[in-house]
Amino acid sequence: MPYASFCLVCRGTACESSKADTLYDEIKQHVAANGLNDQVQVLRTGCFGFCEQGPIVKVLPDEAFYVQVVPEDAEELVHEHLLKGRPVERLIYREPGVHALGNIDQISFYQKQFRVALRNCGFIDPENIEEYIAREGYVALERVLFEMSADDVIKELEISGLRGRGGGGFPTWKKWKFTKDAQSDQKYIVLNADEGDPGAYMDRSMLEGDPHSMIESMAIAGYTVGADTGYVYVRAEYPLAIKRLRTAIAQAEEYGLLGDNILGSGFSFRIEIRLGAGAFVCGEETALLLSIQGERGMPVQRPPYPAVKGLWGKPTVINNVETMANIPVIIMRGGAWFAKIGTETSKGTKVFALTGNVRNSGLIEVPMGIKLREIVYNIGGGIPGDKKFKAVQSGGPSGGMISYENLDTEIDYETLTALGSMMGSGGLIVMDEDNSMVDVARFYLDFTVDESCGKCVPCRVGGRQILHLLEKISKGEGTMEDIQRIEEIGKTMKETSLCGLGKTAPNPALSALRYFRDEFHEKIPAEVREDAV
Amino acid sequence: MAQKKMTLEELRKLREEKRHSVQVRDTEGKTIQVTVGMGTSGIAAGAKETLQTLVAELAKHELTNVRVRQSGGLGLEHAEPTIEVRVPKMPAVIYGRVTPDVVRRIVNHHIIGRELVDEHIYDRPAADILDAGDHPIVNGE
Ligand SMILES: Cc1cc2nc3c(=O)[nH]c(=O)nc-3n(C[C@H](O)[C@H](O)[C@H](O)COP(=O)(O)O)c2cc1C
Repeated sequence: MPYASFCLVCRGTACESSKADTLYDEIKQHVAANGLNDQVQVLRTGCFGFCEQGPIVKVLPDEAFYVQVVPEDAEELVHEHLLKGRPVERLIYREPGVHALGNIDQISFYQKQFRVALRNCGFIDPENIEEYIAREGYVALERVLFEMSADDVIKELEISGLRGRGGGGFPTWKKWKFTKDAQSDQKYIVLNADEGDPGAYMDRSMLEGDPHSMIESMAIAGYTVGADTGYVYVRAEYPLAIKRLRTAIAQAEEYGLLGDNILGSGFSFRIEIRLGAGAFVCGEETALLLSIQGERGMPVQRPPYPAVKGLWGKPTVINNVETMANIPVIIMRGGAWFAKIGTETSKGTKVFALTGNVRNSGLIEVPMGIKLREIVYNIGGGIPGDKKFKAVQSGGPSGGMISYENLDTEIDYETLTALGSMMGSGGLIVMDEDNSMVDVARFYLDFTVDESCGKCVPCRVGGRQILHLLEKISKGEGTMEDIQRIEEIGKTMKETSLCGLGKTAPNPALSALRYFRDEFHEKIPAEVREDAV
Repeated sequence: MAQKKMTLEELRKLREEKRHSVQVRDTEGKTIQVTVGMGTSGIAAGAKETLQTLVAELAKHELTNVRVRQSGGLGLEHAEPTIEVRVPKMPAVIYGRVTPDVVRRIVNHHIIGRELVDEHIYDRPAADILDAGDHPIVNGE
């Protein structure tokens, strides 16, 4: 018997930590007690993104958007809405001009969003493979296995213009082609789910909310480059993501979508999970591969690139979670469809974790080329307490600040780099007039100094020196030369560090100096300041 | 989940079987709206069976463009169970005494056949109200 109503309870990590699990159980119980088991399907879904307002419950098809629901609300919700058809007004999300009943798409948080990578998050039960299958899941794999050659897949990716979402922005089709063209008896696919940026949780949400899309994409990659084994490298701090991945892999094996001779195609593929201990540097691809091999996770010189010489010396495709989340859609809808979204150089969408001093924090997906202003003021709802906007930090510890004058920049890989920041993995932290930029820079340097693996001198020593100087300035003991030295050391680190960690670690300090130099000057005692100028 | 390794045909069959169950959740592209009066008296008069039959019938015909909603009483207590049907370019109609059998006829004649099921119509707004165009669903398509 098909269901008439669906009650979707968000079970992302953020909602889970505010008792969404108990809420789900309570709703289930009341649905059963009211004899509604065969009419109402209660589902645990991945993150809806609007974490600020969690736990969130959505009732469909009525489109009732309930926010900040606690377990004690379950009885009323079930009895009033699901049994009697009377929505519980007091829990319905409201904002000026919107009363979120029957018009979820009008909530400003969702208005400018466009979901490709997050298409299934918050819509399906991630622990049930049949839900994924019902929503066009594994259609792309089917098509690839039975209708497309490896070159067809690569061509489609090339047309799409998809670039890596893990930070570097390298064209995905090229990476796959290098590995495909490499001669070897064994090749590998690796999913980079390390996600170490403070404040970022895009990848976690995709793993939790839509694990099968990862399995499908890895299998597609395997078929394309000629690999029969894939590894997911995920940090042990993501227990829910790991659990859902395990469940998904087991189900895919049971249904014959992983394993030998998938769907009778002759192609075989299996996936294993490797847990990382949560070191930031292990997200760097060469360090990650060593870590999978059971060695200490330290970056090594490239080239050779992993695409040619990777895991155990074999050609290896390594891609980020969000990159992979786009693959099935590109195969299903075509590269040309995907290429219509975004800017000249950066196609598709980007998922951001919007946090900091902004009204609506949460997980968002927007087309490339959107203005930062739209993210902060339309989706984010502006700054709480009507404080003044100061800056957005993008790209985490490798990125930099974007100041008020640049709020109307259309963001993509190139424009962010030109501003001295970077796309990074997609953390966006909003800061208001009360935040000291010296302290923000200090915070990130503190992080990278902590996370530096210590192998190369510029990173190990340079980072520590910059941090020391920032601390000195912050305490009001700095001099004008200290500012200059930060810039000199930063430049050297960028040019000579072994890996991306050291190359980008000075960015927060350098961009703070570029846009908020006055704040550094103000911290320098007047007598020394005059001397030096 | 008693599945064992599927073939391509089995996967496609499974997807077809399950597709509807997920699509009904989607609110995009739904141009037809059916509202079932689920007030206390409606439920007592059998609105639950009506709703179940409605949903089953829609699934049977794979009508994914229909949005089913529940509401309190529709104001015609004497004729319950009641449902309201809004199909673009057709008058919005409230049907009464909608037993499972009647609901099947409504799906087949009204929603699929675009023909009103005359003998069960209890309320039909005047044409000028209909034209007022205040309802996006009616104007949709
Ligand atoms: C210090 C450091 C940390 C990194 N952390 C991650 C990470 O957590 N996740 C990720 O996908 N890529 C991370 N990267 C980028 C990877 O090295 C690599 O470029 C990426 O996994 C490639 O996938 P993509 O082409 O799909 O983006 C990091 C790089 C550096 C230098």
